[in-house]
Amino acid sequence: MGVVELISFVLMTAGGFCVFVGGVGVLRMPDLYTRMHAASVTDTAGLFLVATGLMLHAGWSLPLFKLVAILVFLLVTSPTAAYALANAAMLSGHPPAGVRDETVPSAGRDGETP
Amino acid sequence: MIFYPVVFALLVTMALAIVRAVKGPSLYDRVLAVNMFGTKTVLFLAVASYLMGRPDFLDLALAYALINSIGVMAVLQFFQSREFRRRYEHRHEAE
Amino acid sequence: MTLVFGVFLLTLLVIVAVAIVRSTNLFAAVMLSGIFSLLMAVNFFLLDAADVALTEAAVGAGVATVLFLSALALTAEHEQVRPGGAALQWLPLVVAFATGGLLIYATFQNPVIGDPNAPVHQHVAPWYLENTPELIDIPNVVTAVLGSFRGFDTLGEVFVVFTAGIGVLSILGLRHTLVEMTSAEIDARQRSLRHHLIPRVVGRGMVPFILLFALYVQFHGEYSPGGGFQAGAIAAAAIILYSLLEGDDRGRALVPEWLLQIMVASGALLFGGVGVVCMLLGGSFLDYSVLAEVPSEGQHLGLLLIELGVGITVSGVLLTVFHAFARRASR
Repeated sequence: MGVVELISFVLMTAGGFCVFVGGVGVLRMPDLYTRMHAASVTDTAGLFLVATGLMLHAGWSLPLFKLVAILVFLLVTSPTAAYALANAAMLSGHPPAGVRDETVPSAGRDGETP
Repeated sequence: MIFYPVVFALLVTMALAIVRAVKGPSLYDRVLAVNMFGTKTVLFLAVASYLMGRPDFLDLALAYALINSIGVMAVLQFFQSREFRRRYEHRHEAE
Repeated sequence: MTLVFGVFLLTLLVIVAVAIVRSTNLFAAVMLSGIFSLLMAVNFFLLDAADVALTEAAVGAGVATVLFLSALALTAEHEQVRPGGAALQWLPLVVAFATGGLLIYATFQNPVIGDPNAPVHQHVAPWYLENTPELIDIPNVVTAVLGSFRGFDTLGEVFVVFTAGIGVLSILGLRHTLVEMTSAEIDARQRSLRHHLIPRVVGRGMVPFILLFALYVQFHGEYSPGGGFQAGAIAAAAIILYSLLEGDDRGRALVPEWLLQIMVASGALLFGGVGVVCMLLGGSFLDYSVLAEVPSEGQHLGLLLIELGVGITVSGVLLTVFHAFARRASR
């Protein structure tokens, strides 16, 4: 096993660990927003480590550019998806746990259009 | 052989995401689980294409990376229009 | 090891399927069927069927969830459980178990997966593998089988898609109902995601890349996984993303409905037309060898044209169905 392979192995295993931690967090956190927070660990750190490990393994080739594209697109789209999800939840009146209803900064469920 | 730890971590995380999707409790938890499952699928497909020695198949992971977020956009649009309809009906009942 | 992954993923698949059947909330069922589609794609991938997996990815991730949600917007969110129908529900269960048991019994006679002596590997498959390099001269045998050797079947599939599009239109209605323009405009703005800045900027940035990828899948299908069906679905997903972000009215301005109707018809026509041209040039129907001086170049040209026809029809039908649902929801 060469040095590059070893680094690649370490990076991917660390990425696998991040992914697993995120999975446990999504299962065990108390409410939606904290769960989203846990999921973001896998979406950023896990993704970045696994993709970098694969890139080292790939070397200079066409798959390298595909991996870069996958990394860039996921890094851009997954926070956007998280925004859309949190917005949908707040819009339909799904407050974070521990926040009382009157302090929810939504525009009032029966109020005007925002 | 260097791929096995990450593959197992991904498979276990996929199973955890399915548990969350089946348990709920709210609809948004299920959306979160689907979205997370999609990201894990992209990673699994990328790693598996090297595990199976077919780096050409990375196209599949790229396809998911590009279009997987459309579903969540549709979810936002769905809840938004439902909320507008509810307000509209509410206002009409008040009149 | 692939077998272990396959068994694990198939177990997850069964769990998700049971959860879909058991959930009475239709939104939850839609989300779970999204996971089902992802699992199916991974399973296809592990079985080395990259073309099928890409189809599942393109349809399941981009289009299916959107269409399910727009159908859900037209109906109630909770499935009605009929009270007192328990006795009637036993009959379907018995039938399902009996059929399933018979099918499982039948699999005991099947050869093991990957057995080289299995009939599938003895019959036409070796012939395709041996003759594709000589007769068609492209690396992706799946595209060769799909487009050329079994071109007739693919033509049939395109017409199935075409008919399905017409069927949805005849149920949901073809023409705009006359709504007052102002209220329709306000409605469209409220239904779009125009005031959500982050999805709008990111999503609009993604649209050209998705379209570029669709073109790559369309025209690179002879060398790598992909082809007309997948490319059509991916291109439709790009336009659907634009319509979700900017509102259905702007989506219809980008790709107007008359264009969609022409696309739906002309793709299928192009496919059939290539077959007729082959006949006029003295070959048999869909025998592309006669299209050029060198038979393999004729095959290349024929495959390019029919894949283009498939892609145009598929994206046209998917967008037509999407607009039909969106129009119903805004009424």
